[in-house]
Amino acid sequence: MAMPKIARAEGAVAIGAGVHWIGAFDPDLRSFDIILRTANGTSYNAYAVRGSAGVAVIDTVKANFAQSFFSRLESVAGYDEITAIVQNHLEPDHSGALPELLRRAPAATLYVSHQARTMLRGLIDTSAFEQRIVSVGTGDTVTLGDRELLFLNTPYLHWPDTQCTWLATAGMLFSGDFFGCHYCDGRLFNDAVGDFRSSFEYYYANIMRPFRTHVRQALDLIEPLPLQTIAPGHGPILRQDPRDYVRRYRALSAPALHAADSRTLLVFYLSAYGATRRMAEAVAAGAESVGAEAGEVRVSLHDLEGGDIPSFVDLIEEADGLVFGSPTINGDAVKPVWDLLSSLATVDIRGKIGAAFGSYGWSGEAVAMIEDRLRGLKLRVPVPGVKARLVPTDEDFAACRELGRQAALHLLGRALPRVLDMASLA
Amino acid sequence: MPKASVTFQDVGVTVTVPAGTRLIEVSEKVGAGITYGCREGECCTCLTRIVSGHEHLAAPSVLEDQVLKNNLAPRHHRLACQAQILGGTIVVRPA
Ligand code: FES
Ligand SMILES: [Fe+2]
Ligand SMILES: [Fe+2]
Repeated sequence: MAMPKIARAEGAVAIGAGVHWIGAFDPDLRSFDIILRTANGTSYNAYAVRGSAGVAVIDTVKANFAQSFFSRLESVAGYDEITAIVQNHLEPDHSGALPELLRRAPAATLYVSHQARTMLRGLIDTSAFEQRIVSVGTGDTVTLGDRELLFLNTPYLHWPDTQCTWLATAGMLFSGDFFGCHYCDGRLFNDAVGDFRSSFEYYYANIMRPFRTHVRQALDLIEPLPLQTIAPGHGPILRQDPRDYVRRYRALSAPALHAADSRTLLVFYLSAYGATRRMAEAVAAGAESVGAEAGEVRVSLHDLEGGDIPSFVDLIEEADGLVFGSPTINGDAVKPVWDLLSSLATVDIRGKIGAAFGSYGWSGEAVAMIEDRLRGLKLRVPVPGVKARLVPTDEDFAACRELGRQAALHLLGRALPRVLDMASLA
Repeated sequence: MPKASVTFQDVGVTVTVPAGTRLIEVSEKVGAGITYGCREGECCTCLTRIVSGHEHLAAPSVLEDQVLKNNLAPRHHRLACQAQILGGTIVVRPA
């Protein structure tokens, strides 16, 4: 019986005319950056591009894999031929061999994004080659004689510094972490490796999803290119139907819910004896009283006791406003609220409207604590929260309705302007 | 003490502040959508568009200038964790 050819390529691998893969395999890796798991290890992909007047090295590898990177590089180019080094992304899994490469290739200029400039100094000691660093943006090029590299500034995929590099003569996009996945397979190409779909989806969901606005902006730059191959920083090289992956990213990053003319407000609550629940209903009713006929604000109530976190996270990603109701128990908001609020790292919630309310027995810290957390998560919190002691009174319910109404007005950009003195602010 | 007024357009709040106040000291208190990371003028998270009254902010430091440039900030954008209000009337919103 023939063994599957997952035996790893030992040397450099030609992936196009004058282009070689010179990366490294890390099949034993199981956990990446603390937050990611992989059942298949990963690869650190680096590339060498040969032109008539020089060789460009695109990205390097994690430091402890430098040796296999350098031996693959040496098999396709001499160090004195290297005129350009491109770092599409500075994270150490790609820049680990950079200082040594700069030493070995004294004629090379390093090209990084503008945003990478200050980060680079924080990562490595640049004093010895400060003169050899050039920062580039979209449209900038570097020539290798008969071919050139073109840079696309694609920040926040998933660091501020990320960029992509386009080699027009080969229709090849070097995309860094974008379109990558942690999936180590020596057969290297998407049409030859095992089924890596779940790794691709998992990588997007954990690395790219929080930055979906930036994903869409990058796709705007990438979609017009006559793509033949996507060469990412991890996982299979996408040479068969590369556009399928671009379309998949487009679909994953598209807003899923509504047309631009309606706003969504979610009211989450937890209630021990029903007080916070009735407050939640009042908040929702207040929000619905605003522009309800036109369906401008779609309000929904969710009992945190009855749902699971991933589906709430999906709802939150698409919502415009989030209101949290929690009783204060032992001086704190209740755990399901914190569990949800600590599960939002994979979605972009910056700039949404946030608010809090809740009942309490004697101290009532929960509301302020939730508001602080919402601010920490970069939400806008323009409407002060509502606290009700023990059994909420009619006045408390009226305050809840007003909270909902004001939150809805903010969502619609119709809140009345307020004038305050700094001294009156807590 | 001389006073200034700063409007956070995204939440519709205008605040009267003493001269010398930094934007960061006010924006968080009113729940505006300007967000912060490092709070030390390095990460550019707090990039803010100065809709009007740009001239009423203290000129950016060399470091702030560099960070704005590295992050390709458009004209009349400042770091809210750094920008200090000198007086007059200023209108801002998240970049
Ligand atoms: S918060 Fe980092 S630059 Fe202002
Ligand atoms: Fe990365
Ligand atoms: Fe990476």
